[in-house]
Amino acid sequence: MTAQISYADVEVGTELPAQTFPVTRATLVRYAGASGDFNPIHWNERFAKEVGLPDVIAHGMFTMAEAIRVVTDWAGDPGAVVEYGVRFTRPVVVPDDEQGAVIEVSGKVAAKLDDNTVRVDLLAMSAGQKVLGMSRAVVRLS
Amino acid sequence: MALDQSFVGRSYPPTEPYEVGREKIREFAEAVGDANPAYTDAEAAKALGHPDVIAPPTFVFAITFKAAGQVVADPRLGLDYSRVVHGDQKFAYVRPVRAGDLLTVTSTIETIRSMAGNDILDIRGEVHDQNGEHVVTAWTKLVARGAEEA
Repeated sequence: MTAQISYADVEVGTELPAQTFPVTRATLVRYAGASGDFNPIHWNERFAKEVGLPDVIAHGMFTMAEAIRVVTDWAGDPGAVVEYGVRFTRPVVVPDDEQGAVIEVSGKVAAKLDDNTVRVDLLAMSAGQKVLGMSRAVVRLS
Repeated sequence: MALDQSFVGRSYPPTEPYEVGREKIREFAEAVGDANPAYTDAEAAKALGHPDVIAPPTFVFAITFKAAGQVVADPRLGLDYSRVVHGDQKFAYVRPVRAGDLLTVTSTIETIRSMAGNDILDIRGEVHDQNGEHVVTAWTKLVARGAEEA
């Protein structure tokens, strides 16, 4: 595993480049197929509203997959991720229009750990709301 | 209704092997819009020290969640899946999942709690490859919401 970031070059508080990830209904259909999660709350507005949701929502695991890209794009090698965990706090609501929704993800180094690893705390927002809580990754740097 | 605490610590038999395919990894990477070449180009993955293309970190969830279905569908446990939402998810990796892996999952119920009328279930999935080597552990917290008042 070969991260392109050196452990010696980061400090607690180092910010990772933030990214924004657009999500449309088409994104969700594609993710449903790739992941095998065909729960209709992720593609059927009528069903989503029947179960009390405001509209179709993104798969939590889709949001989780996007958020870690801030870490893997920074580290270069996705295999450098040692641990990754999130709490699904609020859904990403995806309206049926061209824009869909946007997930904004930022991250910073929260701790330097043993064995060239660091803990990165991630912040994932959509429509001004925090959509992931306790979103943390441990990544091994070079 | 509170779930039976005697299920804490219960493990389910390992799943049939899941073969991780190159094209499935590509499909997943494209679905999340991730162009990292380590997912699609074996040479790029090798340059990073991996024997073949690797899967994005959350790819393995499809396999572990299917395995957790054994627990969820166990009639003796009595979980009402129509009320279940995904609370937390965590992975700890020994190495990344890669093309050619034959992965089996052993699911264990770690904890069962009842809070504010909800049942909270923590399931651990240990993922091993065809050589019996540990690849990744996935922890999935499921929350079964209490029945709404009529």
